[in-house]
Amino acid sequence: MQALYAQLLVGLINGSFYALLSLGLAVIFGMLNIINFAHGALYMMGAFCAYFLLNVAGIGYWPALIIAPIAVGIFGMILERTMLQWLSGLDHLYGLLLTFGIALIVQGVFQNYFGSSGLPYAIPDELKGGMNLGFMFLPIYRGWVVVFSLAVCLATWYLIERTRLGAYLRAATENPTLVRAFGINVPRMITLTYGLGVGLAALAGVLSAPINQVRPLMGADLIIVVFAVVVIGGMGSIMGSIITGFALGVIEGLTKYFYPEASNTVVFVLMVLVLLIKPTGLTGRAA
Amino acid sequence: MPTSRKTSASRKPIWGQVMPDLKMAEAGATKAAPSMANGQVLSVQNLEAWYGESHILHGINFDVNAGEVVTLLGRNGAGKTSTLKSIMGIIGKRTGSINFNGQQIIRATSDRIARMGVAFCPEERGIFASLDVRENLLLPPIVRSGGLSLDQIFDLFPNLKERLNSQGTKLSGGEQQMLAIARILRTGASFLMLDEPTEGLAPVIIQQIGHTIARLKNEGFTILLVEQNFRFASTVADRYYIVEHGQVIDGFANSELSSNMDKLHTYLGV
Repeated sequence: MQALYAQLLVGLINGSFYALLSLGLAVIFGMLNIINFAHGALYMMGAFCAYFLLNVAGIGYWPALIIAPIAVGIFGMILERTMLQWLSGLDHLYGLLLTFGIALIVQGVFQNYFGSSGLPYAIPDELKGGMNLGFMFLPIYRGWVVVFSLAVCLATWYLIERTRLGAYLRAATENPTLVRAFGINVPRMITLTYGLGVGLAALAGVLSAPINQVRPLMGADLIIVVFAVVVIGGMGSIMGSIITGFALGVIEGLTKYFYPEASNTVVFVLMVLVLLIKPTGLTGRAA
Repeated sequence: MPTSRKTSASRKPIWGQVMPDLKMAEAGATKAAPSMANGQVLSVQNLEAWYGESHILHGINFDVNAGEVVTLLGRNGAGKTSTLKSIMGIIGKRTGSINFNGQQIIRATSDRIARMGVAFCPEERGIFASLDVRENLLLPPIVRSGGLSLDQIFDLFPNLKERLNSQGTKLSGGEQQMLAIARILRTGASFLMLDEPTEGLAPVIIQQIGHTIARLKNEGFTILLVEQNFRFASTVADRYYIVEHGQVIDGFANSELSSNMDKLHTYLGV
């Protein structure tokens, strides 16, 4: 039983990263109509940013949680302004190729300087240790990751679905020309949206640094699963990507307990099934 | 030509007591004053426009004075909608001169044009499916003071108040049209461009939209209307321009309508 709970927790943690990353992808896809293959590289940059802040500037985990997403978000906005914006109106394939190229370059540069092995990043003192819940031992940092990710995901959902700014975003997803003709600077909004999506990826990177170590290819491994999550959940749905992210993490965890051999493939098997039955994803709209 | 915004006292109710008199905020009246002084709100000179490679407007010339309802008439594909879109800055390539309240806007982006006080109600209405009626209504930002308040808008369109929480595209065609007009009245823009507001609507709704336009004109709004429904246009317009093959080929005032009927029939093929 202990092992089951442990796997469930691992599943929830992976689910947190899936949710944060697929949420960012959904936000970006909605506004820019771009499938952001650079997402994994930007997640990795978030983790590296936290690493540099600590080892070069002596800035710890808590400030890094705010600084890294902003810094990487600004990097993303520069990418959008200088490259991605020229692809608007073109086929998905161009955006996919460009962002995939960006991912390879970014990962290549980091690999060149830091090799492929992991760099350690310590758990902040406040979140060290664990709690005995009676039925299982809960490492506090892992509990924090799950709770904090969920809070960030829900805050993002609220921002997009319930606020005036979110109404602009949703409207511009549908008809950017008309929204602009109402006096809203849509190009600037698109840049900020890309920054937001990238910031979420970088935030996931910082959260992951103490658990998974900081490696140039940490995003490349994860992003394949995240894209499967996105396909299952459906592109463009905010709540859909949050729920699917957490749910698939848990399903993966459960598979690890009941049938470990399939744990690495279960997500992809589900993806194939969903593609066969409902190609737009469980909650998605048609592209 | 009106030289000042009519005061509330001089207005007569247009369709009974159901919809009480609107009161424009004083700020709006003062702000609109400069354009009233010279009379001309919009002057379009030699406007040409292209959709990609295809040349669609071949030198459009017309102007709109403050407080007028001016209607562009013409057959399908004549270039009426393209003219509105060019003024709004949402057609890729355009040349010539578009002067709005003394400022040249031919090169301005559409968000800047909107912020100068031009409001646009597109032919397809542009109601957002992912937004509810309230969000649709509140979407266009206030560009200057003097727009209608929500209460005034609900006076004009009581249906909308009851449907505030419905999804935008769940409304009937008539309600969607009302929503599309209502949301640009909040912004404080005093120059409205309405593209075929009666298209596909039942006669009783068309009549209501006609009343609304007359009412807005009475409030001092300047309106540029695109219509194919000539009978409807004749109930609200002060002046007409005939658009054909991307050019304005004729124009006359509503008072000259009867003497121009024969020509009009030829132009419009009605």
